[in-house]
Amino acid sequence: MSSNTAAAHDHTHDHTHDDHHGAPKGLLRWVFTTNHKDIGTLYLVFSLLMFLIGGGMALIIRAELFQPGLQLVNPEFFNQMTTMHALVMIFGAVMPAFVGLANWMIPMMIGAPDMALPRMNNWSFWILPFAFTMLIGTLFMPSGGPAGGWTLYPPLSLQTGNSFAFVIFAIHMLGISSIMGAINVIATILNMRAPGMTLLRMPLFVWSWLITAFLLIAVMPVLAGAVTMLLTDRFFDTTFFSAAGGGDPVMFQHIFWFFGHPEVYIMILPAFGIISEIIPTFARKPLFGYTAMVYATASIAFLSFIVWAHHMFTVGMPLGAELFFMYATMVIAVPTGVKVFNWVSTMWRGAMTFETPMLFALAFVILFTIGGFSGLMLAIVPADFQYHDTYFVVAHFHYVLVTGAVFAIIAAAYYWLPKWTGNMYNERLGKIHFWWSVISVNVLFFPQHYLGLAGMPRRIPDYAVQFADYNMISSIGGFAFGLAQLLFAFIVWQCARGGVKATAQVWEGAKGLEWTLPSPAPYHTFDEPPKIDDSVVAHGDVAH
Amino acid sequence: MTHADTPNPNRYFVPHNAPWPIVGSIGMTALLAGAAMSMNGTAAGKISMLAGFAIIVVMLFGWFGQVVKESVNGYYNSQVDTSFRMGMIWFIFSEVMFFAAFFGALFYARVFMVPWLGGEGHGVMTNALLWQGFDPVWPTNGPAAVGGGFDTVPAFGVPLVNTLILLTSGLTVTMAHWALKVGQRRSLVLWLAATVALGFFFVYLQAEEYIHAYQELGLTLGSGIYGSTFFMLTGFHGMHVTLGAIMLTVIMFRAAKGHFTADNHFGFEGVAWYWHFVDVVWLGLFVFVYVV
Repeated sequence: MSSNTAAAHDHTHDHTHDDHHGAPKGLLRWVFTTNHKDIGTLYLVFSLLMFLIGGGMALIIRAELFQPGLQLVNPEFFNQMTTMHALVMIFGAVMPAFVGLANWMIPMMIGAPDMALPRMNNWSFWILPFAFTMLIGTLFMPSGGPAGGWTLYPPLSLQTGNSFAFVIFAIHMLGISSIMGAINVIATILNMRAPGMTLLRMPLFVWSWLITAFLLIAVMPVLAGAVTMLLTDRFFDTTFFSAAGGGDPVMFQHIFWFFGHPEVYIMILPAFGIISEIIPTFARKPLFGYTAMVYATASIAFLSFIVWAHHMFTVGMPLGAELFFMYATMVIAVPTGVKVFNWVSTMWRGAMTFETPMLFALAFVILFTIGGFSGLMLAIVPADFQYHDTYFVVAHFHYVLVTGAVFAIIAAAYYWLPKWTGNMYNERLGKIHFWWSVISVNVLFFPQHYLGLAGMPRRIPDYAVQFADYNMISSIGGFAFGLAQLLFAFIVWQCARGGVKATAQVWEGAKGLEWTLPSPAPYHTFDEPPKIDDSVVAHGDVAH
Repeated sequence: MTHADTPNPNRYFVPHNAPWPIVGSIGMTALLAGAAMSMNGTAAGKISMLAGFAIIVVMLFGWFGQVVKESVNGYYNSQVDTSFRMGMIWFIFSEVMFFAAFFGALFYARVFMVPWLGGEGHGVMTNALLWQGFDPVWPTNGPAAVGGGFDTVPAFGVPLVNTLILLTSGLTVTMAHWALKVGQRRSLVLWLAATVALGFFFVYLQAEEYIHAYQELGLTLGSGIYGSTFFMLTGFHGMHVTLGAIMLTVIMFRAAKGHFTADNHFGFEGVAWYWHFVDVVWLGLFVFVYVV
């Protein structure tokens, strides 16, 4: 295996210095790497790039909607933007960001030398650039990219031009990547914990990822099946989704959302985990109700499998189904409420400070809860008949995904950047980024609630004039928010290049294995399993 | 082997510099982009597909070859073994969920779609206005009789034989496992050979059945919802049997070379699990696609 000579080293060395060999040099380091930190960095950088590309698409949408009428783009391209914005943000920005965080943090949080299956870990990442080249490349095909919405509902999606098969195969590749990533996370958590790191001593970020990985393995193959049926309906004469042949387009929606609803939680459970790490650190108190948090996460995951049809209340389902899915959906508010209650209780009478990660975490708790409440409104069948496919839905899921998932990812980046880079980020700029983001994001999305309640449909390039004012406000917020994220990219870049040296502890109140390591964390960590006792367990109330 | 790591049973083996994943990505992209081009009628698509497939085969040989080498040279301790086992179990679970999507489509079609098209429940007006006179009995190719008239494959002919073949192969692979556990390599290889033979015989009978269906029964992939579910379920299953049989063949050769010992043979077990998985899926198929 000549390819291994470059990084060859002798494991029988004295291991008192774990970084006895550093990172290999050159570009190929990143292509061939099996190191969880390298792969985590690849995922995070890729995710940031996709976030900016997907954000650019969002700004095209908001620019067109700045005023009524058609100004900048034609409707076909507008629809391609809404479709691609969603696919890029979901599969390119949010999911890879969480996998990147999992790669970086899980081995360091459970005392493992690396991920369980390091080569497969490399492949999980390196499928993504190819899949997204294929997916985004469809925009440049003569027929244009997919324009029927990211949910790919037939029969509309079957009318996509030559890009259709490329989109389907890109989705297959993304699924393969996600499944392999998830298998790696599960095997790592179940098999690689240091002795003494029992399941109920694990940091909540690890717990949330264990459950997320299970969801991924359970539902990504179902998406693969659904899009495969689309492909054969389009090219090989099957009639899964055509009533003439005894099929039903609504069946696609059922299969899609059996994937799609757990997918929503795939994008929020790791965020819950991140917030559960950050709040105790800056409240300088143990997390309130650790085990309740674990059970709440597991309950949400279980419920996610039996609520899918709340995405399709207006499609014409039997009354019994409407009622079942309505009540099952509302039940989710209970474990979610437990989580919000526990975060607030953790802060109660804590010695709080408000560094940037904490600010984003606090904004998460408040704004995600707003998104949760609008979700409850949407769960009510008779009300949903009014809200369905309006901007109210857009407002709802952007509150849970932008001020929820994305804010949590940003919080995580600020929280762990000093551990990754060895440098403190610029706190002043971080605070500016926070206030700029949190104000603009509300200017961006809050008016969309009103637009939806007033009846403005989603996924349209033009609208009636009575919606003009709120759309203009929303677009202004959108551009401000987009600009703020360029500042974020700058802060991350600046922090990676240098700055005030971070200590191993970084944050006064931080607890957990990753903070026992120097900053930056050495290339190889925990080659020998660390000793686990209460002093290094992340959540101090766990063992008692 | 210029790998300078020395095997150390007390440490978890973390490989360095993996060249094969990126090769796999290139192969996968060439294969799938080629398939997409072919579907759009671009002639170059076939070349890209072939190249992609070849690259993937090279990648599999290279990647697995490296893992096999590391395994027989003792790099993997029991913890690594457990990681592989977990990886395989969860991979099989993902496969189960892939088939679940198609079984779900079958059940949804039979329990809801077809009766609704026939006017049951809230489908009254659909039936009255669009598909009057449609008789919602299974098997069906829908109210427009898509693909024309067809007959189904009777369950208690070739499918029953295939069921017996797969069940027997489950038995032979277990016999192979027992032989492995008591260290009888000759017997192990023979039982594996029997399993491989049964596997490929199953695939052969499936292929014959497909030819029969297309040429004589008028049953094709385009025969409405029945044809769609029938061929997608049995087709994906057949592909998995083929893959499983190829994997068993590799394992047979590895067994003949003495790669497995009584207490260290994850490669064998992983493939055996996979084989049992395709076996169980077939039982579901036999019951729900052919019999019921």
